[in-house]
Amino acid sequence: MTSSDAPAPLLRISALTKRFGGFTALSNVSVDIRPGERFGLIGPNGSGKTTLINCISGVFRTEPGTVLFGGEDVTPLQPHQRTRRGISRSFQIPRPFRSMTVAENLMVALDFAAHEHVSVGQRQDSMMSILTQMGLGSKANVSAASLSQVELRKMELARAMATHPKLLISDEAMAGLSSSEVDEVLDLLLSLAGRDITIIMIEHIMQAVMRFSERVMCLDAGRIIALGTPTEVMADRRVQEAYLGT
Amino acid sequence: MTRNSMAFWTGAAVFLAAVFVMTQVVGNQYPFFAGYVILQFIALAVAWSILGGYAGYVNFGTSAFYGVGVYSSVFLVKAFGAPLPLQILAAAAIGALMGLALGVLTLRMQGIFFSIATIALTIIIETAITNWRYVGGAAGIQIQRPPVTAPFENYVQMLFFVQALLVVLAVAISRYIQNSWIGRGLQALRDDELAAECTGVPTLRLRLLACVISGALLCAVGAPAAMYLQYADPGSAFNLNYSVTTLAMSLIGGTAHWSGPIIGAILLGTTQQLLTVTISSEVNVLVLGLMLVLFVVGAPQGIIGLVGRLRGKKEGGA
Repeated sequence: MTSSDAPAPLLRISALTKRFGGFTALSNVSVDIRPGERFGLIGPNGSGKTTLINCISGVFRTEPGTVLFGGEDVTPLQPHQRTRRGISRSFQIPRPFRSMTVAENLMVALDFAAHEHVSVGQRQDSMMSILTQMGLGSKANVSAASLSQVELRKMELARAMATHPKLLISDEAMAGLSSSEVDEVLDLLLSLAGRDITIIMIEHIMQAVMRFSERVMCLDAGRIIALGTPTEVMADRRVQEAYLGT
Repeated sequence: MTRNSMAFWTGAAVFLAAVFVMTQVVGNQYPFFAGYVILQFIALAVAWSILGGYAGYVNFGTSAFYGVGVYSSVFLVKAFGAPLPLQILAAAAIGALMGLALGVLTLRMQGIFFSIATIALTIIIETAITNWRYVGGAAGIQIQRPPVTAPFENYVQMLFFVQALLVVLAVAISRYIQNSWIGRGLQALRDDELAAECTGVPTLRLRLLACVISGALLCAVGAPAAMYLQYADPGSAFNLNYSVTTLAMSLIGGTAHWSGPIIGAILLGTTQQLLTVTISSEVNVLVLGLMLVLFVVGAPQGIIGLVGRLRGKKEGGA
């Protein structure tokens, strides 16, 4: 399988299984993700997408199965340790720190996940540049509790970016947004991908997945049913069945 | 040192100097008896809010820590005749261990379940002390004060000064935490523990740290009380009133800023002392309850929150 010129995968998930009591949410999932790749993750509701993300970010323990990140086995690590190694995520339902301003939300990430020792001033600069890039520059001193839905999604991504990730996992960052807002967030993700950040995008909006992804993986009932280029996956009969239920 | 820090430490020095001068000038003993209680509650409220306010883990076990502080002094005095500074240090060490134990035992508990566990802790420890003969058991124990050391003329005056030192220590620690990365991390885990963890905050370690610091301070504040009363019994040392009063003071003052619990404790503590003298000690419990209800309804963020809101309105901002 591996040819000598293929780069080592950034993320290698091997034989990952996750059970909740008698229910198997993920069954023997294995996949490699290359550095710099734009990877789409699709599947019907309840197919295990978010569970897979929770296993990668360390929220859930896997049993059995391993997660290798940059060649290191991160399976025994807690979420904050994985974040510091460069795995960052947003949440399907935004989880801002509500008692803080937007700027302070980002400062949490910069305080705790920044790899190098940088001065407070440098952190402020880095915070402002991320906010500006995300189109939230004018909202820095606004309370996170007062943001609109699309602003919350952007802040989730901004906070994830502030941890200086190598791998960014976006969990339905576009759900519930209008089509112009979807384009806005999609452009943001594409611009991040252009800066050597590997991105896994979970999304139900097919148009966005097709435009964004280099490769797409489709889960159904905890199993991989298709993996390939977006057009290949969309043409797959099993994917169509899973979505249309024929 | 920033201008803010300079102002803070100047204030602390002036406060300690004023307390010291008061012990040298005022002859009447009553102000020291009453003042000691108020200072004690300031220190308790400030220590409580490190875990209960910053981290959002509402601890109903203040009386457990306070009582253990009292009884660690009782034990040390009876067994070794230990001096006051040693009693306080030992109580702080025991409180730190107790905080750690509480944190580890409640690893998977959040919200109301954590609070219930802290009440259980109080009952367990009180029962253990009640059945420990060596420190007096249920009947309590009398303690002899050692002779007072210069420059103080009276033991209660000295305790008053010592409690003022503990207040400054507690406030300095609380203020440091709030302004440092620890405070930001605690605030993040209070808002959303999972999001904090996924943003790189070691939530478990910070939570344990808050338990340890808060526990050490709560116990240390209780330590001089044995000498203050010259008597200790489980029923009063572990009285649930300490938990409720401390919590009420912190919440009424506001937990978003280190000064909140101080304001709350001064306000409630003074009111209680006045009511105890003028009407009765039963009425102050009623007043406490009424004030807590008023604040929960009218100003859930406490006085600090109220001031912030008014200031925000004045500036015309959000």
